[in-house]
Amino acid sequence: MSLVEDIEECGWVFGKDTVDSLYACMQCGKCTGSCPSGRITGYRTRRLMNKVQSGDRSILEDPDIWLCTTCYTCYERCPREVKTTDVIRALRNVAAKEGHMSKAHRATAMYVIKTGHAVPINDATKKLRKKLGLSEIPPTTHKYPEALKAIQDISKKMKFDKLVGFDWNTMNLEDREEK
Amino acid sequence: MKEYAYFLGCITPNRYPGIEAATVKVLKKFDIETRDLDGASCCPAPGVFGSFDLNTWLLIAARNVTLADMMGLDVYVTCNGCYGSLQEADHLLKEKPELKDWVNENLKDEGLEYKGNIEIKHVVELLYDDIGIKRLKEAVVAPLDAKIGVHYGCHFLKPSAVRGHGSSERPTILDELVEATGAESVDYKDKLMCCGAGGGVRTRDLEVSLTFTKQKFESMKKAGIDATINPCAFCHLQMDRGQVEIKEKFGEEFFNMPVLFITQLIGLSMGMSTEELGLNAHAIPMTEKFIR
Repeated sequence: MSLVEDIEECGWVFGKDTVDSLYACMQCGKCTGSCPSGRITGYRTRRLMNKVQSGDRSILEDPDIWLCTTCYTCYERCPREVKTTDVIRALRNVAAKEGHMSKAHRATAMYVIKTGHAVPINDATKKLRKKLGLSEIPPTTHKYPEALKAIQDISKKMKFDKLVGFDWNTMNLEDREEK
Repeated sequence: MKEYAYFLGCITPNRYPGIEAATVKVLKKFDIETRDLDGASCCPAPGVFGSFDLNTWLLIAARNVTLADMMGLDVYVTCNGCYGSLQEADHLLKEKPELKDWVNENLKDEGLEYKGNIEIKHVVELLYDDIGIKRLKEAVVAPLDAKIGVHYGCHFLKPSAVRGHGSSERPTILDELVEATGAESVDYKDKLMCCGAGGGVRTRDLEVSLTFTKQKFESMKKAGIDATINPCAFCHLQMDRGQVEIKEKFGEEFFNMPVLFITQLIGLSMGMSTEELGLNAHAIPMTEKFIR
């Protein structure tokens, strides 16, 4: 499959038209000019769009694709209405599928599988919650084991656990070489 | 009286519960009741989980929306990330019947069914539309005498075609809310710039992420701003704890700029104490103007 077909498949939730908007890119560079990340790093949205359009799969290994904060400034300003941020998220899905997922990102994903929260509660916050007159444990997956099980079932059904490299025996990340 | 289910997300209940306490209290003063959204999870973060696997992202977000849908209550959130995920997922499900079928097929084991009868709202919409500037002004008993730098964050306004709050280039909604408390909203360079935390950048590359934050604080200092306010728990964390991290990473002086969530500022103007709003638990201590 071509790169754009892969992106279409991963980005199917947005619809094919959203991903295919990338063909309208005329390389004007307004995205790069608007990008707060590009101001302080080597990340260039225009270059990303160019590589995607030409089917250059080396973009999947480029760590710079992870420097977009999804601020949507380029998306809002694009004169050709390219759905840049959606294309970038779907492109990153393809990269993740090919094993390009940092350890730090895998750890964040692991917390959701383990606790239902990307940022789980800690003892200091429990104390503070009590002081503020709130329930010590919030009424989320932290309080309801059956809700946590529902999240874990979704992770299994979507093979998110495999994508992240989550080991259900150790309830931790599998060792995996960082690509 | 109006009732809403409160989708808490992660950072509000698990790091900055002062945002939760302040928001529930302020809304209650205006006869808006908050109900727990039992069994909710991470939204999950739109730029992070949406970047890993959009299927998992959509399904977990749809599950959270469906919990409220089945209670028959509109939802409010106190984080732009949560708003991004839940509002976008709800928008997609309302627009695309094939997605709704897919989601329901995958949620039925838990006995859930998404029908799409509710709205996902940001707490800023409740303050501005349900309560309104006039009533907020009338409720002020301790006006703030301070220069405030508003930080909008990204996902409250953008993408504007999905969010539906008008242009993302010259918004005024938060500035109007700030000025209702007696404070002055002061413009600064790059006011509408991202805080740097989103899209997994904070997790993967803290230094890049903090460089965004540092630039914003430098600009706010230059504009003579006393404190910054935000409508987003994740930006709030990035801007409060981030100031300590900037000192650690770059060895520069502390900005020492207090960071308040919008309902914490409004709570102060209504005579609530710094302590009951959780403001004394922040990494950056409040300065005199914000101690009540």
